[in-house]
Amino acid sequence: MLGTIIQQVFNALTIGSIYALIALGYTMVYGVLRMINFAHGEMFMLGAYAAFVILTLLIGDIGNAGVVILALVFFAAVIVVGLIGVGVERLAYKPLRHSNRLAPMLSSLGVSLSLVTAVQIVAGPQPIGFPSFFPSTRFDVLGGTVTSVQIGILIAALVLMVALYTLVNRSRAGIIVRAVSESRPTAQLLGINVNLAISLVFFAGPVLGAAGGILYASYYGIMSPTMGAVIGLKAFTAAILGGIGSIPGAMLGAFILAFVEVAGTALLPALTGGLLGTEYRDVLAFAILILVLLVRPAGILGEPVSEESMVYKREF
Amino acid sequence: MVLGPNGAGKTTLLNSISGVARPTSGTILFDGNDITGARPEQVVRMGLAHCPEGRQIFQRLTVEENLVAAHVGRAGKSFEALRSDVFDLFPILKERRNGMASRMSGGQQQMLAIGRALMAEPRLLMLDEPSLGLAPKIVQQIFHIVLDLSKSGISILLVEQNVQLALECGDYAYLLNNGTVRLHGPAQELAEHAAISEHFLGGASETLLHG
Ligand SMILES: Nc1ncnc2c1ncn2[C@@H]1O[C@H](COP(=O)(O)OP(=O)(O)O)[C@@H](O)[C@H]1O
Ligand SMILES: [Mg+2]
Repeated sequence: MLGTIIQQVFNALTIGSIYALIALGYTMVYGVLRMINFAHGEMFMLGAYAAFVILTLLIGDIGNAGVVILALVFFAAVIVVGLIGVGVERLAYKPLRHSNRLAPMLSSLGVSLSLVTAVQIVAGPQPIGFPSFFPSTRFDVLGGTVTSVQIGILIAALVLMVALYTLVNRSRAGIIVRAVSESRPTAQLLGINVNLAISLVFFAGPVLGAAGGILYASYYGIMSPTMGAVIGLKAFTAAILGGIGSIPGAMLGAFILAFVEVAGTALLPALTGGLLGTEYRDVLAFAILILVLLVRPAGILGEPVSEESMVYKREF
Repeated sequence: MVLGPNGAGKTTLLNSISGVARPTSGTILFDGNDITGARPEQVVRMGLAHCPEGRQIFQRLTVEENLVAAHVGRAGKSFEALRSDVFDLFPILKERRNGMASRMSGGQQQMLAIGRALMAEPRLLMLDEPSLGLAPKIVQQIFHIVLDLSKSGISILLVEQNVQLALECGDYAYLLNNGTVRLHGPAQELAEHAAISEHFLGGASETLLHG
């Protein structure tokens, strides 16, 4: 019993850290632009494809790449996707920045479809086997099985999140991003380079999302052009649950969602006498999304925005 | 200095100068250069800082982070040098440098707003109603510092509804109402001018009481 629990906790932590990496992108973009970037799930997908392509180009035989090569490929792939993210913002969202608030979001839906279709045309619509970026050894922890892939994912995600946290809270770039998130008009008035702040967010978000994609594809050993759709929506759910716009909220929401999913999947068949099986895992996540939107749209750590404070902020 | 009742167009005037609002007609000259329609970041880099109405401090940043955000590196002074100038001017900001800006009183936030504007090393500092909602004692303190700044060589463009106080401090004043200049002249002359009492002391005396 204890072994099963430990194993499930590790499952939840693994999937939770991947959700967290993606959710951070949604929440940061919402922070600076107050928009939902529906193309963000595709950055997750592109991460896996970019890593696969670079790996294949660098060394024909994927099987025996060394640690250094794998690390280089990882960073090259996430940076490529980060640059794609910046380009997407410049081409598809920036021209719409001063129009209706809905316009960039609709544009992001279009970008999402275009990217999926482009990958389908270039690489084919079928799933492709993905080489694990981590050696696969199994450990026995108090009766539960934990793989080295899981531990690798946890460590990589942790390092990335600490790096982001440090960047956002300690660096000048992070201060500027937070200033722009709080009030774009005031930032502009002070001569802060608002476009730079927005580009930084559209770089950092996709970098983390792409990292999530590589880790996810390593975990399941497979990638497909549509892999970003459901995971993207789940990470979006996590961001809403934690409070969209809040960076700690995105991480918190991601782990809560992962634990609810894992626990739900394990308990649902038992509780309903086999009526509801493990396939209801996704329903659980989106039930949470609907519930949060109905009961507390600001999420766990988000600040409810009163109409009054909005007016005060805008009029100077 | 620009004076005028609520809704006269004072804030709109400053917003037009700093590039936040686009004027529909007319030209804006700064130092002989046409800056009409320039974007705010360009205007700031020319040495024109705007301290907005209602302070607009970044509440979720610390005091020091507010200063970091506003440092655009215009005339080459290092962040540390500018920060120590600001801390000399407003010692309370140094004391509370690592505290959240939202935890400060209105007067302290106004000091931070002015300090933040100074991080751009302005040649001209535009202040929009720095006395808004502050106790008279604090207002005096802030006006003394603004006067010191003016003596140190920074030109000040002050917008106020608190007419009496402003006329005591300033050199030259414009009276704005309904979007047009009604009167202008040296502050001392205006202070004696009958129109002042007509415009403000009679018609809008409640603004004086609030100020
Ligand atoms: N020159 C102008 N022409 C037309 N409308 C103006 C002009 N100046 C200001 N306004 C309008 O008047 C209103 C009040 O202006 P505002 O600048 O906020 O006044 P104040 O700061 O003096 O209280 C705003 O709605 C603004 O759009
Ligand atoms: Mg005003």
